Amino acid sequence: MSVETYLLLSAAGFIVGTIGVLTRRNAIIVFMAIELMLNSVNLSLVTFSAYLGDATGQILVFFVMCVAAAEAAVGLAIVIALFRNKQTVNLDEINILKW
Amino acid sequence: MSFETTFSYLLGGVFLASAILVVTRRNPVIAALYLVLNLFTLAGLYLTLHAQFIAVIQVLVYAGAIMVLFLFVIMLLNLGDEQRLKERLSLKKLIAVGLSVGLLLQLIYIVGYLDVTLPEGKLSQGVEIGTVEYIGKKLFTEFLFPFEVTGIILLVAIVGAVILAKKRLD
Repeated sequence: MSVETYLLLSAAGFIVGTIGVLTRRNAIIVFMAIELMLNSVNLSLVTFSAYLGDATGQILVFFVMCVAAAEAAVGLAIVIALFRNKQTVNLDEINILKW
Repeated sequence: MSFETTFSYLLGGVFLASAILVVTRRNPVIAALYLVLNLFTLAGLYLTLHAQFIAVIQVLVYAGAIMVLFLFVIMLLNLGDEQRLKERLSLKKLIAVGLSVGLLLQLIYIVGYLDVTLPEGKLSQGVEIGTVEYIGKKLFTEFLFPFEVTGIILLVAIVGAVILAKKRLD
């Protein structure tokens, strides 16, 4: 595949993730959509890294993965704490920070 | 069309289809399993780009660790009644989808039609830059400080997750 094809694939994956974040109300599926978006960005980073023959893009992917792992751990802990307090993962019902 | 090209197109198709399925499935467990498929196809795509190290890390970290965490949480919360979480089609959601598709069209325009002149490069020349040896050397010399900071980030995340998920928050 050409570099454009990889970039289009990455863009499409990112948009699918965006739609998931914006439309779904289940907090866990929203998290999965965020992972989808991070992974799509990683794909374009690796594409440019392979295209330019420079490993810096792949090292950036390594750091993005570390941050994604940290984000997943903390995010799921927040989901558990919220579920313990409100017995729901529906984001429409979690509005305690709403002014 | 060579075998590699066919294979990468196949992987791309599965990548996109599983991504859409993750977002549209109602049952979170099924969505998580499609996300595992999505992550594996992404690892395959990395292999077609000659990024072996990243492909292995992708399978280890995402499919191995993060997805197990997701499945544990889904089963721990025991989200039995999915009827209450019924997704309603509202104007807000239609606007969100419309805006996202608009963004996708812009991205397609940028990548496909704008004829951005990328610097000279070839997709197949990266055979030796994706190896563990090359990336390890870079990581422990040029990128040593960010690497150390990564360790602190992970430590903070562990402590934060433990404190947040504790029974009593006082």
